Amino acid sequence: MARAAIPGRLTWQLGRVVELVDETPRCKSLVIELPEWRGHRAGQHVDVRLTAEDGYQAERSYSIASSPGDAQLVLTVERLEDGEVSPYLTDELRPGDELELRGPIGGYFVWEPSQGGPLLLIAGGSGVVPFRAMLRRWTAGERDVPARLLYSSRTLQEVIYRTELERLAEEGAEVNLTLTRQWPADWQGHRGRVDRALLAEVTWPPQQRPLVYVCGPTAFVETVAEALVKAGHEPGRIKTERFGPTGS
Amino acid sequence: MEALDGNAIAGTLFEYFATEMTTAPGTCAHCGTRSQIAELAVYARAPGAVVRCRHCGSVVIVLVTIRNQLHVDWSAFPMEETSGH
Amino acid sequence: MSPISRGFRGRRREHADPSRVPPGQYVTSDFPVLSAGPTPHTPPDEWSFTIDGAVAEPASWPWEEFVALPSETITVDIHCVTKWSKLDTSWRGVSLDTLLESVVTEAGYLTAWSDGGYTTNLTLDDVTGGKAWVAYEYGAEPLEAEHGGPARLLVPHLYFWKSAKWVRGLTLTPDDEPGFWEGYGYHNRGDPWLEQRYQGD
Repeated sequence: MARAAIPGRLTWQLGRVVELVDETPRCKSLVIELPEWRGHRAGQHVDVRLTAEDGYQAERSYSIASSPGDAQLVLTVERLEDGEVSPYLTDELRPGDELELRGPIGGYFVWEPSQGGPLLLIAGGSGVVPFRAMLRRWTAGERDVPARLLYSSRTLQEVIYRTELERLAEEGAEVNLTLTRQWPADWQGHRGRVDRALLAEVTWPPQQRPLVYVCGPTAFVETVAEALVKAGHEPGRIKTERFGPTGS
Repeated sequence: MEALDGNAIAGTLFEYFATEMTTAPGTCAHCGTRSQIAELAVYARAPGAVVRCRHCGSVVIVLVTIRNQLHVDWSAFPMEETSGH
Repeated sequence: MSPISRGFRGRRREHADPSRVPPGQYVTSDFPVLSAGPTPHTPPDEWSFTIDGAVAEPASWPWEEFVALPSETITVDIHCVTKWSKLDTSWRGVSLDTLLESVVTEAGYLTAWSDGGYTTNLTLDDVTGGKAWVAYEYGAEPLEAEHGGPARLLVPHLYFWKSAKWVRGLTLTPDDEPGFWEGYGYHNRGDPWLEQRYQGD
């Protein structure tokens, strides 16, 4: 049953899962087809709602990993150990299944070329998901401003979109990885958590006034944002999005 | 319990205000700090969602769903008139 | 009505004797942490419990005295208004009957108040006669801050939002004064067996 989208109303729509892609041992991307998808801005998210046979419902938000120009909507989901929704999405969902969602949502944590830069993206774990959308948007545009990603991951196996990030680096985006728990013996990237020293090494100085986006678990986001402000970056040019457990 | 931010309730607020609210600026009635909703601290694991000013910690917005009806109390966070519906 | 998500079951539900499960509740073995604000961390030497308000004389106990009061170990079922119930939870604490012996009052109501500003209202009746405690141990361990430690109110026969975490005192009142959630539309009493979730239920 098609429902007409009313401007100013956020309606729940039914999408169909067309593919599931293994990104890392813990993360899967869901490729979804929607009859009435009107496009989105890089950085936005959707709300997903699951309904059990007895009517019980659970709702969670997931950042859109696909770019505004991509043909299909892609969400990347990390399976949380005690999760109620994420294990269903990564382990149970099959191509052909329907998924109820609404979106796109968000007007604060978005980036478009018209906003300028330099564009500095700092991700903790699955916080990299909205940045894939932003980097794809950047690649598709005029590239008037430089783009740089600092991505913190526990291990190399947990780095999401690794191949794509390598390709982006070849195309002119600057990609910096830091591994916090374990790294290969011949690891050439950074080691350890994102702290003031690493930020000083990797980011543009405050005088260049980068547009900064920080995304990941709350503790990560707050540590990084505080360090950036202490280093002299304007709070008004730092945007944050915290991921974490939410109840229904 | 770590707080999230206004992005976590963006969909619910859109539902209530019929417009995108994460960039809506408002003023904390307790300490006068001006913030965009995305910048506020959100405690979403509760019998509702409690939104607090990051500067003073006071409650500025409360969202509850009573008998399937969403109620938003933003009396402690006066906001400018938003355009739209 | 939303379409069913094939194969979705939600959080693992425990099977339980239906006579122990109030209407509309699901049983879980988890202990979800719900909160309206940041977790306070009050050290014992800064903690005290006070009963004041409509009393002849207020009463107050610092931590060392409080944990030396006669205490009870109890096993109770708890029911959250967000529909989760947890059976056979074990606590140690001081009964409100014991605490209220220290004050003289004619008030019929009280407001429990906590570090961080949370409040909830109760009737004297609902907290006396072996129905309520100030608990400082859960599962034979000191109560974790996340779950309300050093001490929380425990009123298991009512929805768990009444069991105020980080409780620091009770203010007795002549009238029923809605606390935090009650002021936003939750029920003044909150009996899960009568499904008193919201005002007007």
